[in-house]
Amino acid sequence: MTSPAAIMVDQLRVIRGGREVLHGVSFEIPRGSITGLIGPSGCGKTTLMRSIVGVQIVAGGTVTVLGHPAGSPQLRRRIGYSTQSPAVYDDLTVLENMRYFAAVLGAPAEDAQRVIDAVGLFGTERQTAGSLSGGQHSRASLAVALLGSPELLVLDEPTVGLDPVLRDELWGLFGQLTRDGVTLVISSHVMDEAARCERLLLMRDGYILADDTPANLRTHTKTDDLEQAFLHLVREKETVTP
Amino acid sequence: MNLTITLATTRRILSQLRHDHRTVALMLAVPTVLMVLLRFMFNSELVFNRVAPAVLGIFPFVIMFLLTSIATLRERTTGTLERLMTMPMGKLDLLFGYALAFGVMALAQVAIVATITLTWLGLDISGSVGLWLLVAVLDALLGMALGLFVSAFARTEFQAVQFMPAVVLPQLLLCGLFIARNQMNQVLEAVSNVLPMSYAIDAMTLVTRSTAVSGELIRDLVIIGGCGVLALILGAATLRRRTA
Repeated sequence: MTSPAAIMVDQLRVIRGGREVLHGVSFEIPRGSITGLIGPSGCGKTTLMRSIVGVQIVAGGTVTVLGHPAGSPQLRRRIGYSTQSPAVYDDLTVLENMRYFAAVLGAPAEDAQRVIDAVGLFGTERQTAGSLSGGQHSRASLAVALLGSPELLVLDEPTVGLDPVLRDELWGLFGQLTRDGVTLVISSHVMDEAARCERLLLMRDGYILADDTPANLRTHTKTDDLEQAFLHLVREKETVTP
Repeated sequence: MNLTITLATTRRILSQLRHDHRTVALMLAVPTVLMVLLRFMFNSELVFNRVAPAVLGIFPFVIMFLLTSIATLRERTTGTLERLMTMPMGKLDLLFGYALAFGVMALAQVAIVATITLTWLGLDISGSVGLWLLVAVLDALLGMALGLFVSAFARTEFQAVQFMPAVVLPQLLLCGLFIARNQMNQVLEAVSNVLPMSYAIDAMTLVTRSTAVSGELIRDLVIIGGCGVLALILGAATLRRRTA
């Protein structure tokens, strides 16, 4: 059963802490694409990603991932998820972390070294994760998401705090993954990263402002700058729904 | 259940401990030091012989309770638990992984304190040493299972450490160590009848006094094991794949 879209979200509503943070969000993400989830902090990006990987209790609507309802047991080997704060064992070395998660996923043992090299952590294998720098730490967490070659990668702010060279290398890696048929959903609050995505979901206050390619967004809002485009869309929406 | 994942988890927890020399040293040395202290505090072989078996059941219980409640809280707060829950990790794989790793540590801990107590401190036990170790390890696993269960109700480390006095101390007071349970008033005796530590201490005392595997001992072991399994199942129910 292969549906055309990797992710189908329909009328998704989520309530957190007694407040509705996603108000009936709907969109589709095609397979083998790289989609940027862009919006200010607190707009619901993380909640949306948690709903896609199936760890979020949802109040309404459906989320279908790779043909199955989000959170289905069949999906647990097929999705790689990396949270905003690094979720690795700080008292284990980088290599021990990768070996453990690889064993849980049933991934081949040599996968551990492959993902360490892929995120540029070569040479830190014997360091405990807690002793890594901030950027290395989050890359270690990203590496875990790459284990077992998942078909869908959901990455929450994977490039925060990285120097431009590393950031460029990681975007190179993401591009390579889509060419191999992997679907990527990457969140960011930095607009200049948005330009690197094939498609953008612009979010604000639990709504999706726009779902389009960067080029179309620029044309539609008549600006070359995505930050300006974002502002344009916010104002446009405010005049439509006062 | 998946044995590979369970054993990988056990190995991972033991590796974490290997990087933490101080915790291992405390875990292995503290019960022995306390036992030595106890022996010379009483300064009487008779009193020591009466109290030591019970105390030997309490140490592994208390220490495993604390370690597990903190360890699981850490998994929850650092996001590693959520990450594992998005993977093909069964809840029981994780729990048995912890049980095995901490069981190994409990065995080492009990072996050291028992060796010192039986030789240097001169505790006489007429029962079998193997059975004695078995009961001590079961006590440790019961403490672990309870620690795991209560950690679900703690949001911070401050709360987690306070569950130790809240859950363990009442059991310690009523387990028959300070005053025989049948000499307490009826209400407290009834309460002590439903507290699992009472049976842990009772079993420790029984295996010290006699080699016989009596009906009473079997009842105690079934209760300790049953409470442990029950706490593990309740603990498993608190591990959620989806959270708010």
